[in-house]
Amino acid sequence: MLRAGDVGVLLAGTGLVIGLAVFAWGGERGDTAVIRAAGQVVKTTALTHAQTYSVDGPLGATRIEIEPGRARVAADPSPRQLCVKQGWLTQSGQAALCLPNQVSLEIRGRTSAYDTLGY
Amino acid sequence: MTRSVIELPVSADDRRIARLAALAIGLTLAEAAIPSPVPGVKPGLANIVILLVLLQHGWRAAAWVSTLRVLAGGLLLGSLLAPGFWLSAAGAFVSLAVLALARHLPGRYFGPVSLSVLAAFGHIGGQLALAGWWLLPGAALLKLLPVFAAAALIFGAVNGVIVARLLARPAPSGRQSATCIPPSIPSP
Repeated sequence: MLRAGDVGVLLAGTGLVIGLAVFAWGGERGDTAVIRAAGQVVKTTALTHAQTYSVDGPLGATRIEIEPGRARVAADPSPRQLCVKQGWLTQSGQAALCLPNQVSLEIRGRTSAYDTLGY
Repeated sequence: MTRSVIELPVSADDRRIARLAALAIGLTLAEAAIPSPVPGVKPGLANIVILLVLLQHGWRAAAWVSTLRVLAGGLLLGSLLAPGFWLSAAGAFVSLAVLALARHLPGRYFGPVSLSVLAAFGHIGGQLALAGWWLLPGAALLKLLPVFAAAALIFGAVNGVIVARLLARPAPSGRQSATCIPPSIPSP
């Protein structure tokens, strides 16, 4: 019932559907990390090479790790560790907030997904 | 004064097309009763008939059946010349255009499933192109594109398998509904 070309057409169709899903639903990958402490931008850096930053807050030092295409909060003195547990951020508009230590890490792309975000 | 009589000769071809179009229209009406989560996501059962006609009687007959189905379907569902009708017409038109090209694919490798999937993509493509250009310009449709494409893939494949099974079966004999046998061939 299924001939060789049919399988090819079905596979191509599946590929098309997946491609459309990624195109329509996948967010834009970010290329810049913005690090804030107490509301002030302390560092804006491109996600091009591996580096780590240490940002001081009221509770102590927050360590932020950047790798090509992604960034995360590697260590933080906050009691609940929410920003650390968020893991790697890759998409434009994603943010990890370490509220007790007043440090935030935000990923930005060429176009921002939101006009403004209030925390 | 002479009475003038206009005679429209009806050929066997005309009768066959009318019969097949009636079948396709019936499926269109039945399908309209099926609830759908997203408007536009439909099984496209009438395409089974269109595909059978294409494979057994050629593209011209398929185009006739498809055109009659869209027109009469719109008339019966009360959507004639409404936006839904134009979407349906655009889908049928693109689908027929795709089939006109796809039927030249080598039959050894490409069976009814290929034709059905390609026609389904053509159908939804034509509808979305018209909808995006005329009814909903903007990015709103873009987010639904994968849903429509997935529906076209699944329903196209299922319809294609149904067509392949219908073709593989020997034609039913001695029944009035054996529409696929041309009248010139006497049934046993």
